[in-house]
Amino acid sequence: MLYYAKSHEWVKLNEDETASIGLSDYAQKELGDLVFVNLPMVGDELVAGAVFGDVESVKAVSDVYSPVSGEVTEINEELLDNPALINEAALDAWFVRLNNVESAEGLLTQEEYDAYIASL
Amino acid sequence: MKLIFENSIEGRGCELLPACDVPAVELPIELRRAVKPKLPQLSEIDITRHYTALSKRAHGVNCGFYPLGSCTMKYNPRIDEEIAALEGFTNIHPLAPAHTVAGCEEVLTRCGEALAEITGMDAMSLQPAAGAHGEFTGLLLIKSYHHSRGDKKRTKIIVPDSAHGTNPASAAMCGFTTVSIPSASDGCVDLNALQAALDDEVAGLMLTNPNTVGLFDKQILKITELVHEAGGLVYYDGANLNAIMGVVRPGDMGFDVVHLNLHKTFATPHGGGGPGSGPVGCKSFLAPFLPASSIKTGKDALQVRSFYGNFLVIVKALTYIMTLGAEGVREAAQNAVLNANYLMKQLEGSFEPAFDNICMHEFVLCLERFKHDTGVSALDVAKAMIDEGIHPPTMYFPLIVHEALMLEPTETESKSTLDDAALVLKRLYQRAFDEPESMHSAPHKAPISRPDEVLAARQPVLRYEFSHE
Repeated sequence: MLYYAKSHEWVKLNEDETASIGLSDYAQKELGDLVFVNLPMVGDELVAGAVFGDVESVKAVSDVYSPVSGEVTEINEELLDNPALINEAALDAWFVRLNNVESAEGLLTQEEYDAYIASL
Repeated sequence: MKLIFENSIEGRGCELLPACDVPAVELPIELRRAVKPKLPQLSEIDITRHYTALSKRAHGVNCGFYPLGSCTMKYNPRIDEEIAALEGFTNIHPLAPAHTVAGCEEVLTRCGEALAEITGMDAMSLQPAAGAHGEFTGLLLIKSYHHSRGDKKRTKIIVPDSAHGTNPASAAMCGFTTVSIPSASDGCVDLNALQAALDDEVAGLMLTNPNTVGLFDKQILKITELVHEAGGLVYYDGANLNAIMGVVRPGDMGFDVVHLNLHKTFATPHGGGGPGSGPVGCKSFLAPFLPASSIKTGKDALQVRSFYGNFLVIVKALTYIMTLGAEGVREAAQNAVLNANYLMKQLEGSFEPAFDNICMHEFVLCLERFKHDTGVSALDVAKAMIDEGIHPPTMYFPLIVHEALMLEPTETESKSTLDDAALVLKRLYQRAFDEPESMHSAPHKAPISRPDEVLAARQPVLRYEFSHE
């Protein structure tokens, strides 16, 4: 299931308590062309609502927040070499994969998120 | 355009250095180069033509209006350069006996005193080499103070979300954790958010006033009081001192530490990579932790930089302050504020200000609705300004304003320059509705139109590669 955080990250939650996290299409459009991405390390514990990485565009550096808590099992190293992948297809450009995921409160469905960004 | 290395012709050259006036010494073999340095070989006329050609492709304050918000790109009077070029200031050595450089020492002392008076601080160090270095030094003062009292749990520095990026960066360099607090809807500090962030782990708050959106935070006395009550100290980022110098003092607002950018507020051209100068001032209770500046104590005292800082920048600052005098310093700030408000008012009916308020020395336009209506972005408008002979304003900063353009006219611009700039901006505003395509591809007259910023950020070419290597 795909959910969003109000801080503009998406999270795909799987039934086996794994998840992947990325940046929303709205966020990549607002940021513009991305030039650098910083990701956590495999084994890091992410906390829902806390910063786990950052993205740098030609405009600014922005923190990336984790929508859920969990342990990093994999990072998308391809993004480190080619952050433009996030601009090309934000929903495919996962940043990290997690296991032992605890879902957080306040996540939005696609519909709710669309309504939220329309209100901004 | 060719690089200077590409203009080099074997065997050409010129005499730029004066004759050696001390006996030549043969260097030990291990200190000598194995191969000659590959310096470009050019005649004097080749060199002057190269740099004149480069300067024609750039835009400086000597070419035209330069309203780059947050940067204070004002005109720096020639007299400051003339005084700094005097032989008594240039033909010296940092290790010269103190009695031979008494004049230089007086410059340091008097400049420190003047800056302390302007900022309302008790002590001043002129050592830090630039703004970020000053921030780092100021934060070290805060850290040293807490540690000296045995209070080692204060590891957090609060920074508003509108702050300059250097603030959190300096805090991190100093080993602090940054806590970002959201701004209120008027762009000022949200007292509730501040109160919620304050606890016994907070070492201090970094703030600039007027703030980054160009507004004077009227709650400043309450803000500094709250931080002090929580046991923290308050740091003043001097980035925006140009708006208030001679009118109101950070020390009287409750700030404990300040840094200044002499190369911004006090007459040294900047933007070209330095040298700058970032003096740090503090209240007397922090003075024991302050690096020294004077020639007498410099040798044994705390150092954050070799010797006495960037001395000639300090000479220019003192010249500037003495030329203007107390009244002139105040008048400069007042005119900076007047000019910004005048230009903002002239733009009525076109680009909208982000905050509907009297501004200080700069103001932020929000082009979000304009972009929605025309498809033309803040970036496009900034690029189109280049064709009009105006340096683009600061773009997309502060981050709390979407499609932001930030303009700081400075006090050295005349009413006619501001009127012309307002006409240009209004014309571009209309053009965005009439022919938006021409804005997307601007600038059309500049030597370089739209550089590939992504490629430049990801694969910067920072040095010349000799072809035969």
